[in-house]
Amino acid sequence: MAGNPKHIKVYFGALLFMAILLFALDIILGSVSISIKEIFGVLFSPDKVEPHVSNIVINFRLPRACVALITGVALSVSGLQMQTVFRNPLADPYILGVSSGASLGVALFLLGSSIFSIILPAVVSNFCIASAAFTGSALTLFLILIVSIRIRDIMTVLIFGIMFSGAATAIVGLLQYMSNESALKTFVVWTLGNLGSATFDEIKVMLVITLIGLAVVIFSIKKLNILLLGDMYAQTVGVNLKLTRTVIFISTSLLTGQVVAFCGPIGFIGIAVPHIARMFFRRADHRILVPACILLGANIMLFCDIVSQLPGSGMILPINIVVAFVGIPVIIRIILSNKKIVN
Amino acid sequence: MSPHRIKIENLSLGYGYSLHTKHEIFPPFSAVADKSQLVALVGRNGIGKSTFLRTLTGLQHIFAGNIYINGKTAAAMSRKGYADLMSFVSTETVRVMHLKVFDLVAMGRYTYTNLFGNLSVNDEKIIIDSLKMTGMDDFIWRNVSELSDGERQRVMIARALVQDTPIMIFDEPTAFLDIPNKYEIILLLKNLTRTKSKTIIFSTHDLNIALMLADKIWLMANGKMHEGTPSQLIQTNAFDEMLAGTKLKIENGDIKFQ
Repeated sequence: MAGNPKHIKVYFGALLFMAILLFALDIILGSVSISIKEIFGVLFSPDKVEPHVSNIVINFRLPRACVALITGVALSVSGLQMQTVFRNPLADPYILGVSSGASLGVALFLLGSSIFSIILPAVVSNFCIASAAFTGSALTLFLILIVSIRIRDIMTVLIFGIMFSGAATAIVGLLQYMSNESALKTFVVWTLGNLGSATFDEIKVMLVITLIGLAVVIFSIKKLNILLLGDMYAQTVGVNLKLTRTVIFISTSLLTGQVVAFCGPIGFIGIAVPHIARMFFRRADHRILVPACILLGANIMLFCDIVSQLPGSGMILPINIVVAFVGIPVIIRIILSNKKIVN
Repeated sequence: MSPHRIKIENLSLGYGYSLHTKHEIFPPFSAVADKSQLVALVGRNGIGKSTFLRTLTGLQHIFAGNIYINGKTAAAMSRKGYADLMSFVSTETVRVMHLKVFDLVAMGRYTYTNLFGNLSVNDEKIIIDSLKMTGMDDFIWRNVSELSDGERQRVMIARALVQDTPIMIFDEPTAFLDIPNKYEIILLLKNLTRTKSKTIIFSTHDLNIALMLADKIWLMANGKMHEGTPSQLIQTNAFDEMLAGTKLKIENGDIKFQ
């Protein structure tokens, strides 16, 4: 594996190359078979290609691949941050309750409107779902920040996050119980995740938020390293703990919130990729782990998306199902091959 | 006259912030520590040694009283201000997967490195020198999780050393160590007070080591802070207060069982 510091750049290069390759494959492979020649045609001489082919590539596959790339990167980096801040290998991007808050927002919107018999046109509802999810995550972030500024002990913050999630889930359950079947199905489908619903304008929003989130993470790298030793050591080398935590929580919520808003609560990537990065590079230094998570997250999400489209089958599986099938064996393999994971 | 490195004035220990929850665990006391001194903090379990060290390092609010560090009022200092003057090694064991000795020690350079934590040639030299001084230079690319307790303690000392502070504080640095390691670690600390003019304060339950190697002892017993050289404290029978109610006593600088 990539233990030797000198080889790290070579591995980064290889992962970057693989990500580009998988991005291309994600566009080429899909439920409708399109040849590489036709893809090039779409890119370089759009007039000669049949409109439906061009439509599939430009309006479906390209945005989908972009969304896969963005979500893979955002969730992996968020997961890494949360595992470090909470010093817990089981922490994931949703540990602060961001996805529960988003779910609550979406449930209130979808199921609430069904309870009050309001019928929404499909186009409006897609954008409204994203807005509802984003509002839900933003309010959650706000709550978490209030708690984390007042409470010194990180474990109390963790318990608060879990309790908040529990409360949100209970309210969502109540709404599900009371709503009609079609709204319920729309909600369940939302929870299964969807990389294909974002429009180009929405992708621009995702990209901007992700870049801001990543910039904040990159400026937190030095602090993340110190946080590995625990809050006490971080403070005694000069870290302002509350400020650092606040900044990390904001970047995690931005990165995770936009994924949940536009794609639903996509699981496993955020918890598995940081572990894969650690196993692969055998370092705990975030100057290595952050770029490693960016690259591995992009690769793995693109791979999952390719699998989800089951070339030649004519259907697209919900991404969360594929992510679970791909992610769980990886996590189990890691646990079995390295018993010290929870140390 | 230059100020004491550490001057403690009528400090009492306790916890709780509001009036209702305020609970004092140790009454007010005063003490000082100076340049090139190895100070052993001694006292029975639960007397408040760790609370004292946490208060001294600013990890806990000052309950009542004052602490002056290099003449500055501690209560007004920022985290960075503390970090420039004091390094700290706690009893907490660092267990991080794949964390290299070098990376761990490098964290001590936190306030000196740039925004991204990139190490300069000088930083690297300081890290390697500290590892040499603590006898850990052969372990530089080893994983911290693979080290023995004694080796890990040396690495933690190296990490505190690269912080380059006039004062170093250790909470039970000899816990979990075998007898030769206990002596070697405290001798290493003593050596740092001599060669680097550090003020080092360490808490310990090893009375023999404290009596043998410390320049000064802070003995917390019976609601009082007894301050003095080992021989002064033996002459004033301060240890009897700590050992009261047990079958142990100090005779000719050694612990005896009656």
